[in-house]
Amino acid sequence: MGAAMTAVLEQLLNGAQFGVMLFLMAAGLTLIFGIMNLINLAHGSLYMAGAYVAAATFAASGSFLLALLAALAAAVALGAAIEIVVFRTLYDREHLDQVLATFGLILFFNELVRMIWGATALYMQVPAFLAGHVELLSGSPYPTYRLAVIGAGLAVALLLHLLIARTRIGMLIRAGASNRAMVDALGVNVTLLYTLVFALGAALAAFAGAMAGPIFTVESGMGESVLILAFVVIVIGGIGSLRGAFVAALLVGIVDAMGRAFLRPLLASFMSHATADNAGPALASMLIYILMAAILLIRPQGLFPPRGR
Amino acid sequence: MSVARRSLVIGVSLAALAVAPAIALAAGEPFYVTLLTRIMIFAIAALSLDLILGYGGLVSFGHAAYLGIGAYAVGILAFHGITSGPLQFAVAILASAAAAAMIGAVSLRTSGVYFIMITLAFAQMLYFLAESLNIYGGDDGLNITQPSNFGRLVDLGDPATLYYVVLAVLLVLLLLTRQLINSRFGLLVQGVKSNERRMAALGFPTFRYKLAAFILSGTICGLAGALFANLTLFCSPAIMHWTRSGEIMMMVILGGMGSLFGPVLGAALYLLLETLLSGATEHWQAILGPILVLVVLFSRSGFFGMLTGERTARGRADG
Repeated sequence: MGAAMTAVLEQLLNGAQFGVMLFLMAAGLTLIFGIMNLINLAHGSLYMAGAYVAAATFAASGSFLLALLAALAAAVALGAAIEIVVFRTLYDREHLDQVLATFGLILFFNELVRMIWGATALYMQVPAFLAGHVELLSGSPYPTYRLAVIGAGLAVALLLHLLIARTRIGMLIRAGASNRAMVDALGVNVTLLYTLVFALGAALAAFAGAMAGPIFTVESGMGESVLILAFVVIVIGGIGSLRGAFVAALLVGIVDAMGRAFLRPLLASFMSHATADNAGPALASMLIYILMAAILLIRPQGLFPPRGR
Repeated sequence: MSVARRSLVIGVSLAALAVAPAIALAAGEPFYVTLLTRIMIFAIAALSLDLILGYGGLVSFGHAAYLGIGAYAVGILAFHGITSGPLQFAVAILASAAAAAMIGAVSLRTSGVYFIMITLAFAQMLYFLAESLNIYGGDDGLNITQPSNFGRLVDLGDPATLYYVVLAVLLVLLLLTRQLINSRFGLLVQGVKSNERRMAALGFPTFRYKLAAFILSGTICGLAGALFANLTLFCSPAIMHWTRSGEIMMMVILGGMGSLFGPVLGAALYLLLETLLSGATEHWQAILGPILVLVVLFSRSGFFGMLTGERTARGRADG
């Protein structure tokens, strides 16, 4: 029984670790959508940029902190640049135009990283001070780095909450989300506010990307699978809701991890092993989408639907 | 005048398609027959998307899924030794219709950006499903040893025959969809696009109309997938990669949304551009990407609109 408990705990942590990374992505997407009414597929490119810059800086300098800072700085600069060059023309367009233009951006950025860093994937080491394992329960080691990711993700989520709920800029962001025209009329520089929100989203995505570096391979196109899952997260959570994104991200992360680990043995307990071997992984890969469909059937606007829209 | 120009553009394009294989084969360039077949298959897929995107205002970002279902229907049946063409195509059509019905039933309950993300998510789900099916090759895909068997008269293994079959299917679909959009059903769907609340207030069951259009669109795309499997004799999860859905959508926009023939030109334009650029440089996507961004930002009515001088749905949308 002890072994089963540890296995469940381990998967819970894996799920939480994936969940906080999804939250960092989803938070930026949902903020940008909530305030600018913009659907940004290129958000995954900012995640990828964060991962690449972090991996390259870490390999060159050996300092993980420097790598994180470089990733954030690069993504903020890149995010602000594409906001000014491309997105300003897109705010008033239909969602279709936004999807297609940002699709074009993805093709460009995926190719750009191949041109700069080559077609082969980069591997990023776990920083020395976070290498090694922590004993969770007696005799079950868990990688320290993954625990650190969970901690950092939760800390950022808390900071973000404080920023939005307690500061003046957060107040403007909330005001912008509920009534753009009014905020503009009150003399707030909305153009600057938009760029700031975009840069904030870019920083969150890059932070997720930089932390993902030592866990996943750093390669061209790495942002898209995370991006699509982040979409699932904000659809489940309710578009525009940070709280919804947080709950849904952890839910998706944990359901995914549990499904991958336990669905096959579960199926094998009441069907033939060969069938379970085929059906288990297939079902596990579909699980979060089935979860999304089920939640939407009950609540078409997600778990925390935005108010007043 | 505009009607005449429109007929001229369509007539010239179709006449060119009718004689192209003869010219390509005479010039000893069979590659072009394959390329044109590919273009026409994607034209069918783009046409199917235009039906709901241009006329129904439904931004489905998961159309590659039906392409994949159609292709896998052919591939999986062939894998189990069932090569009968009519059976394979019937399964492809029914399976994609069923999938579209299920995906549509969930995603059409929402609208706007939710709809975009959900259709994308479902396509991604099917992509991962195909990837996890190890019996059918999983990630590596499935080789199809022989094309769909339609008897001795129609040998889809022959590139020229396949070409003309695809051309015929495309022509029939162009005619049928033109009939459809001018029918009562088509007008209702367009009415729902311009003001769903008003249509509902008039007593029309708008959800049912949207779902029917969505299923029809997915089914046509599934047919394109079955043809695609016969062209490549291979199917893999890559067919339904999400970028493929983006490409199909791009073809519709490039050609001109809400014009039915526009997507045909769009498919040709996109695939020719891709072929040209990828022949010129390894990093062709770095050029294609910005081109697409510029097209979206500055072209209002697509290539077809440019040729005919008409404004298509997108051009009209913002006056």
